[in-house]
Amino acid sequence: MTPERKPRRFSPWVLFAPLLVLISGLLWGKRRRDDPASLPSQQVQVAHVADVPPAPLQPKRGPVGRWIEDRTGLLGLLDQAKQHRAPAKSRWAYVFGSATLFAFILLVVTGVALALLYQPDSTTAYGSLQAIDAHPLWRSLRGLHYFGASLMVVMVGVHMIRVYLFASYKYPREVSWLTGVALLFLTLAMAFTGQVLRWDQNGLWSVVVGAEQAARAPFIGHNLARFLLGGDTVNGGTVSHIFALHTLWFPALMFGLIGLHLFLAFKNGVSEPPERGKLVNPATYKAEYEQLLKTDGVLFWPTAAWRDVLFSSVLILLVAGLAYWLGPPAVTTPPNPTIVKADPRPDWYLTWYFSVLALWPYGITNAMLIAAPLMAVVALVAVPFIRNRGERHPARRPWAVGIVLAVVCTVAALTVVGNREPWLPRFEAQALPASVVASGDSSVRLGAALFHDQSCEACHMVSGYGGLRGPDLSSVGSRLSRGELAWRIQNGAQSMPPYAGRLTTGQLDHLLDFLQSRQKQ
Amino acid sequence: MQAGERLTPEQERKQAIRRDTREKRRQVLLIFGAGGAAAVAAGVPVVGALVAPALTPRRTAWRPVGQVSDFQVGQTAEVKFEVAERREGDGVSSTAGAWLRRTGERSFVCFQMNCTHLGCPVRWVASSGLFLCPCHGGVYDGTGRNVAGPPRIPLRRHAVRLVGDTVEIQAQPIPLPALTGETK
Repeated sequence: MTPERKPRRFSPWVLFAPLLVLISGLLWGKRRRDDPASLPSQQVQVAHVADVPPAPLQPKRGPVGRWIEDRTGLLGLLDQAKQHRAPAKSRWAYVFGSATLFAFILLVVTGVALALLYQPDSTTAYGSLQAIDAHPLWRSLRGLHYFGASLMVVMVGVHMIRVYLFASYKYPREVSWLTGVALLFLTLAMAFTGQVLRWDQNGLWSVVVGAEQAARAPFIGHNLARFLLGGDTVNGGTVSHIFALHTLWFPALMFGLIGLHLFLAFKNGVSEPPERGKLVNPATYKAEYEQLLKTDGVLFWPTAAWRDVLFSSVLILLVAGLAYWLGPPAVTTPPNPTIVKADPRPDWYLTWYFSVLALWPYGITNAMLIAAPLMAVVALVAVPFIRNRGERHPARRPWAVGIVLAVVCTVAALTVVGNREPWLPRFEAQALPASVVASGDSSVRLGAALFHDQSCEACHMVSGYGGLRGPDLSSVGSRLSRGELAWRIQNGAQSMPPYAGRLTTGQLDHLLDFLQSRQKQ
Repeated sequence: MQAGERLTPEQERKQAIRRDTREKRRQVLLIFGAGGAAAVAAGVPVVGALVAPALTPRRTAWRPVGQVSDFQVGQTAEVKFEVAERREGDGVSSTAGAWLRRTGERSFVCFQMNCTHLGCPVRWVASSGLFLCPCHGGVYDGTGRNVAGPPRIPLRRHAVRLVGDTVEIQAQPIPLPALTGETK
């Protein structure tokens, strides 16, 4: 049979659409700005300075305002935040961090609402999910949470790429980068635990797969694995355990880190867009930055903030549209560990890693399960310590551009492969029909039956029937001799079991007859 | 310095600073001492709850999975059982499956269902006599030996015993391969 794909109900890539629009806008805007005829640069400078009247230090307040300010001091703090200045040129490229923040807020708000409806218990979670889906409004709520999560993962990635390409992590913003790295991993942990809480077959096996990976860690691996499972196996307490992590422990950490991240963004200010040849020197940077804010700075509120709010609002509207229109991902079969028919796979944003697990050399799997994430952590943490000074412009940092391109292309390619799942044995492949076998020879026909029964077809394709793991055998008779075919069948390969001793001589002959009859048309 | 001798203003100032430093040290010690004691008192059960699942001793339990006559010699069939840490009121999540092969009149082998790559449930394909994993294409033969794909070690087994004519298997933790490939 033809390889069946589960119909995908939405393409998460839609979330990248506003990004494309924004990037084209950036390029277009840059061209216009760079064109001396379109906007005389001096005029721009003058306009900026004129834009910014010195902010009044003591804004006028009514009696209520005075009372609140006197008792709490909060209004003064707000005024300070409003008087905070940002570089005038830090425009559309700087909206991704706040978009991440707004996605997080969306997730908190929809999450606390979902917590009113969801029953965090291995036994009843599935039923409560079905009840949520049965109500159109609650269904949309789950959709908002799901697409909001996708948005947050995408925005975290884009924000990080922007910061890295602009070298905004350099002096004095190293700690912003480090808190960002911690938040990246917490975001992924939230994405993973969130998927598990969608407690169907997929959620159930996801937590098992997660625990098995954690188990490889030296010394503490088994404790980690059992921590994730909430015990030795999936059990009655697994869901409430994951629920506590997802809704209380991880968010508490995230609130703290986000607070620090934002505090630092105000303390050190938003980085100015890089200019070729303008180097970061820790001895002089802060003074230069102060000067820049004076000559070419804008008020954070509302001059810098409106882009953040506009961009985030458009994205959240898009998420809402997807949630109302497409709804959340379906809750699949009930979570029953005794049902072997499971095809666990992560949500789309972790599909690339799912592919990695299938594709790297089998021999290094055990070591890489821990080493790879560890190397990622070390590399990311090392970034601001490798060089926190010097050139910031991407055009002068070819390695940075190369690394970003390599990572983005790798993740995209692995995601595409992960959606095809070529390594997946096609259990459901049906026996080859007579029209494909197309032979009157009884030995060929017996061989075709063996091709199916011996699970060859689970991994090999013949005329559009079968799996994708091994080579397509539709015309293998034209490529390989009988001896070569026999050798491969008997010995197997990395991903193919050896059939020596499994097939009788007669069976092997039938199979060879069948394969030899597969000739080029 | 002798008794009765007047201190110079400089000495008096130094002494005051010393007194002040000692006082502050006492206060800080008090803060961390009292605060620490309170935090430990409240924190022990908190940390306990957090790490308990990782530290509780492994449990096993014998579970009946059928009668000897339910299984045919030379065939492999799925059996279902309740996990060892099952509690009252636990639903289907506290059950598990395994592959039981009857190898002789009164001899059985039972394989844990979890692939030794990443724990996905392997499926028995009777016609080819292979276990195939639906996640990343691991393959095991009928004896549980890993013969192709990512798994580095054979399928783990449950102990099997016969109590009269009842087949019982020993429910145990899911296999957790270690860095070296061995499982505990």
